[in-house]
Amino acid sequence: MMSTFSQHARVVKSTLRRLFSAPLSGLLSIVVIGIALSLPAGLYALLQNAQGLLAQASSSSEISLFLTMDASSDDIASLKKQLAQNPAIGKTKFISRTDALKDLAQSNGLNDVIAGLESNPLPDAFVISPKATRAQELDNLRSELQKLPHVDLAQLDTAWVYKLEAILEFTRILVLILAILLSLALIAITFNTIRLQIMTQKDEIQVAKLIGATNSFVRRPFLYFGAMQGILGGITAWIIIASGMHLLKKPVTTLSHLYGSDFSLHPLSLGDSLTLMLFSLYLGLMGAWLSVSRHLSEIEPR
Amino acid sequence: MISFNQVSKRYPGGFEALKNVSFELAKGEMAFLTGHSGAGKSTLLKLIAAIERPNSGSVLVNNQNVSALKSAALPYLRRNIGMIFQDHKLLFDRSVFDNVQLPLEICGFDHRETGKRVRAALDKVGLLGREKANPIALSGGEQQRLCIARAIVNRPSILLADEPTGNLDAEYAQEIMKIFNSFHQVGATLLISTHDSGVLKNARTINLKHGEIQAESHIPANEALP
Repeated sequence: MMSTFSQHARVVKSTLRRLFSAPLSGLLSIVVIGIALSLPAGLYALLQNAQGLLAQASSSSEISLFLTMDASSDDIASLKKQLAQNPAIGKTKFISRTDALKDLAQSNGLNDVIAGLESNPLPDAFVISPKATRAQELDNLRSELQKLPHVDLAQLDTAWVYKLEAILEFTRILVLILAILLSLALIAITFNTIRLQIMTQKDEIQVAKLIGATNSFVRRPFLYFGAMQGILGGITAWIIIASGMHLLKKPVTTLSHLYGSDFSLHPLSLGDSLTLMLFSLYLGLMGAWLSVSRHLSEIEPR
Repeated sequence: MISFNQVSKRYPGGFEALKNVSFELAKGEMAFLTGHSGAGKSTLLKLIAAIERPNSGSVLVNNQNVSALKSAALPYLRRNIGMIFQDHKLLFDRSVFDNVQLPLEICGFDHRETGKRVRAALDKVGLLGREKANPIALSGGEQQRLCIARAIVNRPSILLADEPTGNLDAEYAQEIMKIFNSFHQVGATLLISTHDSGVLKNARTINLKHGEIQAESHIPANEALP
């Protein structure tokens, strides 16, 4: 006789009916929730992309190891061995001073100048690709390499990696603040929507209580409504982000090509998308719960 | 079934609606509650359904002390009490059928079974043909009967009616009294408040005056019926 499942199914059905019985106002709050959520979630998606870009960029950063002019070929061989054994180093490439001079002559059209030189001014060099990507680790490796024998100069440009990291950190905090503020706004929106609903259904609630409705029976449709509004808002936010990403994809690819990179924009991952929707469902549910517990006890049959 | 023991009820502001009221209503008994308006009839009915709580004394329903019930237990008490209100308390945003279905939904009845029960209740009050109508389209008498259908659809053992014939002409009132009689015959306990003395020949009456029981006429239930 009792059938909890069909009871819940009926509540879901009537909630959906209620949601679409006033399509404009229902849609409006869903859109507001969607926009509110899409701001932090969209920024988060861009941040994820930027982090990927940073990893890609710093993995392509190289340490140039210029040797002293008096380094003999034996010294170079032993140095090569040492570098190969260092676990922090991915690849090493030796560029002899003659090769370096040839490269310079070819690439810069300085043939005449170079031909006029009495001796080769360029040193032998190693080009090292480190395994580490973080600016701090790169710096440590550089100073370690600087101390090796016959190394004149270990050169690494980390300043830009530091700057990029700082910018990302700043953005991360910004996203966090936005997320907290807009989550509170979402809870407030749901709180108010549910409050208005409770007010308009005051008679129904009173009659239901008189007839023997439990508090959870009265509460249930409002909680469903809040949760449903939340997840629909989450889906709206997802759609906003996905279409924004789609629009940005082409210009970003063009831009990164101009900078000689094959970076391209990735949409939200499946996990992140699910998290976004479940989170907004949870926020909607919470707003509804707060509103119902605040307002329902005020309505007692008289 | 229902037992009042020295019950007093004072409303905030000092108005004393009931003073030291004691009476008992046996299972299957039907009684009328009479008195001028403001004598405490509605308050007495509200105390039975725990819509109001007494300031002193105890109200027992089915040997349960209603005045001491926790609020979480109230719904289960009320499911066993069918209430008919003077102002009907119908919901105008849904059909006649849905109004009657509400108590069954609240008790969690299977959807397939509710249809039969709702139609049986509507049949009993003579509204079977109007199930799709909106209650606002019904006459006063029909609305009252719809309210009765909603009260009985759940088959409660107790029926409380507050001035059920208050705004109706004699013919309608007679009709409604006939419906109550038929419930009495199948064993329900009924307490009906009224100021319409025309309907109470031979029935047990409890007369209230300024919140106190003035007179009681005890007539065995089987003789009370016309």
